[in-house]
Amino acid sequence: MVEKRPFLNFLAHAVLVLGVLIVAFPIYVAFIASTHGPTDFLSGLIPLTPGDNMVNTYGKMMTDGMASAGMPPLSLQMFNSLIMALTIAIGKIAISIISAYAIVYFRFPFRGLAFWLIFITLMLPVEVRILPTYHVVASLGMLDTYAGLTIPLIASATATFLFRQVFLTIPDELMEAARIDGAGPLKFFWDILLPMSRNNIAALFVILFIYGWNQYLWPLLVTTDPSHYTIVMGIKRMADVVDSQPQWNYIMATAILAMLPPVLVVILMQKLFVKGLIETEK
Amino acid sequence: MAAITLKSVGKTYAGGVNAVRGIDLDIADGEFLVLVGPSGCGKSTLLRMVAGLETITDGEIAIGGRVVNEVEPAERDIAMVFQNYALYPHMSVRQNLAYGLKNRKMAKEEISRRVDEAARILEIGAFLDRKPKALSGGQRQRVAMGRAIVREPSCFLFDEPLSNLDAKLRVQMRGEIKQLQARLGTTSIYVTHDQLEAMTLAHRLVVLNGGKVEQVGTPLEVYRRPASTFVASFIGSPAMNLMPARAEGAVAHVGAARVQLEIPAEGAMTLGLRPEDLRAVVPGTEGALHLKTAYVEELGAQRLVHGTVEGTPFGCAMPSDAALADELYLAAEPGAAHAFDAQDGRRLG
Amino acid sequence: MKRTHFRNKILPYLLIAPQLAITIVFFLWPAGEAVLQSFQQEDAFGLKTSWVGLANYSDLFSDPVYIQSLEVTVVFTIAVTAAALIVALLLALAVDRAVKSGPAYTTLLVWPYAVAPAVVGVLWWFLFNPTIGILPYLLSLVGYHWNHALNGTDAMILVVIASAWPQVSYNFLFFVAGLQSIPASMREAAAIDGAGPVKRFFTITLPLLSPTTFFLTVVNFVYAMFATFPVIHATTKGGPAGSTDILVFKVYNDGFIGLNLGSSAAQSVVLLVIVIALTVIQFRFVERRVQY
Repeated sequence: MVEKRPFLNFLAHAVLVLGVLIVAFPIYVAFIASTHGPTDFLSGLIPLTPGDNMVNTYGKMMTDGMASAGMPPLSLQMFNSLIMALTIAIGKIAISIISAYAIVYFRFPFRGLAFWLIFITLMLPVEVRILPTYHVVASLGMLDTYAGLTIPLIASATATFLFRQVFLTIPDELMEAARIDGAGPLKFFWDILLPMSRNNIAALFVILFIYGWNQYLWPLLVTTDPSHYTIVMGIKRMADVVDSQPQWNYIMATAILAMLPPVLVVILMQKLFVKGLIETEK
Repeated sequence: MAAITLKSVGKTYAGGVNAVRGIDLDIADGEFLVLVGPSGCGKSTLLRMVAGLETITDGEIAIGGRVVNEVEPAERDIAMVFQNYALYPHMSVRQNLAYGLKNRKMAKEEISRRVDEAARILEIGAFLDRKPKALSGGQRQRVAMGRAIVREPSCFLFDEPLSNLDAKLRVQMRGEIKQLQARLGTTSIYVTHDQLEAMTLAHRLVVLNGGKVEQVGTPLEVYRRPASTFVASFIGSPAMNLMPARAEGAVAHVGAARVQLEIPAEGAMTLGLRPEDLRAVVPGTEGALHLKTAYVEELGAQRLVHGTVEGTPFGCAMPSDAALADELYLAAEPGAAHAFDAQDGRRLG
Repeated sequence: MKRTHFRNKILPYLLIAPQLAITIVFFLWPAGEAVLQSFQQEDAFGLKTSWVGLANYSDLFSDPVYIQSLEVTVVFTIAVTAAALIVALLLALAVDRAVKSGPAYTTLLVWPYAVAPAVVGVLWWFLFNPTIGILPYLLSLVGYHWNHALNGTDAMILVVIASAWPQVSYNFLFFVAGLQSIPASMREAAAIDGAGPVKRFFTITLPLLSPTTFFLTVVNFVYAMFATFPVIHATTKGGPAGSTDILVFKVYNDGFIGLNLGSSAAQSVVLLVIVIALTVIQFRFVERRVQY
């Protein structure tokens, strides 16, 4: 800090406190709502103090779900979300790291072409090519499968670029020393490159886990069978139905449970999260 | 242990650049050969060709009588010490040393015997379980050497191994490398751009310039009889003075000054005089070199006087008690003059 | 570029094959299909397709509903970007000033990034619910009757707030990183030159932050145009009367609900062109990523 300005310091803290409150407010209201019984919402205003129905609400949602909205238990939906998030994160990391390895450490015909094919996927977010991608997945018979849920989201130019960047900063001599030490390409990858990229992998994993967990449109399209619902899309199906007959406590309980895992990941692994965020966008 | 032979070895890069051209060398078993030259002279490329890290586009390289052009680096029975050490950062020192042996499926007991032996020789036993990050520059250097020693290869390759160390440590490690090589008797090729390192370490040194050999010889041969102006200016510190002169018989004329040559020559030539081969004479002495002093560097044991002679930059080394003046008159010691062709810079005679 | 490479002939193809396979099947094939379909039209029963040249495109740009969607997208994108950037910058400046407690605040401010846009939409939809929401109640105290189900402006404000909310965390992190990379000596020098805090902000901090700001602007554009689909879908569904019907939502709606393949494909291609343009701008700027 350049000079002492008590007023500016006060202003800074005031802005921050206000920011924290604005950020926390919706969550607070949602959580409070989830602790009330359905009748508490008929009075005309959202309650702002905790109710006594929390155990009941969460217990019912986790074990039974909401039959009226065709919703399976949240425990199943969260399990599906977990499968999707882990598959997408691990799958993306796995295929990106090996393709980056091929691009950086080998020279082969059509290497340039392969690089550009991967590169242009950057320009094709799923929302843009949604309908034709859906048709492809449908024609491959992958609707309502975990494969259909995850594989189309697995290719990622961003992760490939990240690993390419990481590999380029690893000194050439390390690979040369390994070659002289008798390590072939696979051994070098496994013994040297992978352990050296641990931190980058962990950081990327945090980002991709959140990305995977929060997928919405894609699961909405490819799952019609409730047993494959994920919680983030499930919440919407539920909200659609309850418009006429608001069961806010259940919706908000679902919202809290839907955001809990990724938020916990961010808070507990903040360092890795920040590293991952900044690396993937640089 | 093995002799190494290079037969008209050349390297042309895909872009058509000739990094190395027509190199012939016979390196005897147990010899310490130093490749020296300015950056870009091809010395590292040549070393890396011996290591198998660069393809050989011309000629052939044989190690221990076996042509290795198409042999993988790991199978050439060589070990290499890199400038940045290239230690595996996530492995402990012990694992670093053992990695190459493990890849060769050597027995565990043999590996630990060799690692302990290398650690003892290099005095790195105390930090075998540390990661490279926790070591000082000098310690890392030792570990890098250790990784080469445990392999017990037929040849050590050093790629500027000391240039990342501070000056004091560099001198110390230089001495240790020399002793180690003498003790193990392993054929070694050492690349450096530092002529002092080259002089102090080499049994024979190879001066490279523009991808070609300028001169091969023992340090003293190269110092005493540099084959070209390039070698003359590169080897020896402070650098040899080179100036245009005119020869008549066995005398070189620089302006009014005259310097006795060892062999007769005629016409334009380049005269070379080492700063340490000059002595001051009485001012006004007939035929003396007339130095106009610009500045003086005190080295303690000597003082270096810099200035110009007949408009050419010129330096001379004087005893530390020598009198200083704006103008000095200098004479060359007998037999000190080097004569070079004015056009191609090759040594005359 | 590495100066030496492994010489293996087959291995690199095996390593790159999984990614290439997925890229081709799920990216290039669908994208190609979209381009093809954008030049075709299906008859009413979906039995026959015929080539119609640029008809889908000309229909699109003469359709007032599409033009409205374009306008809505522009307003929405700019509003989300501006809101998310300004709030984030304010918070970042405050954290930069509150040196000691900065990390604690950071932790409390970054987590909304992890909340799924769909969940964010549901949360704000709840807060703004015209009958029981707390915010309409507060607004009614000052005499404003909020109803995003009927009032287009209210709906737009709702989706902008909900979309900007998680993005603030993202921008905030990058602004903090940007501020930390400005050497303290530079601000000290300006202080010695007699520049007060406000003047320093506009003459030193802001210009030095401009690379970060530019980068974030592009990223926020892309976010607002493409990644906010769940927010719209979970709240207003493009309504009322198309007042929040942004382009991505319309593509989905026309393709999946309206089943107008030709038009949806043409819209996809238009979006593709926009993404490509934004990506090119971004890469021009962050050049080292394209170096190859």
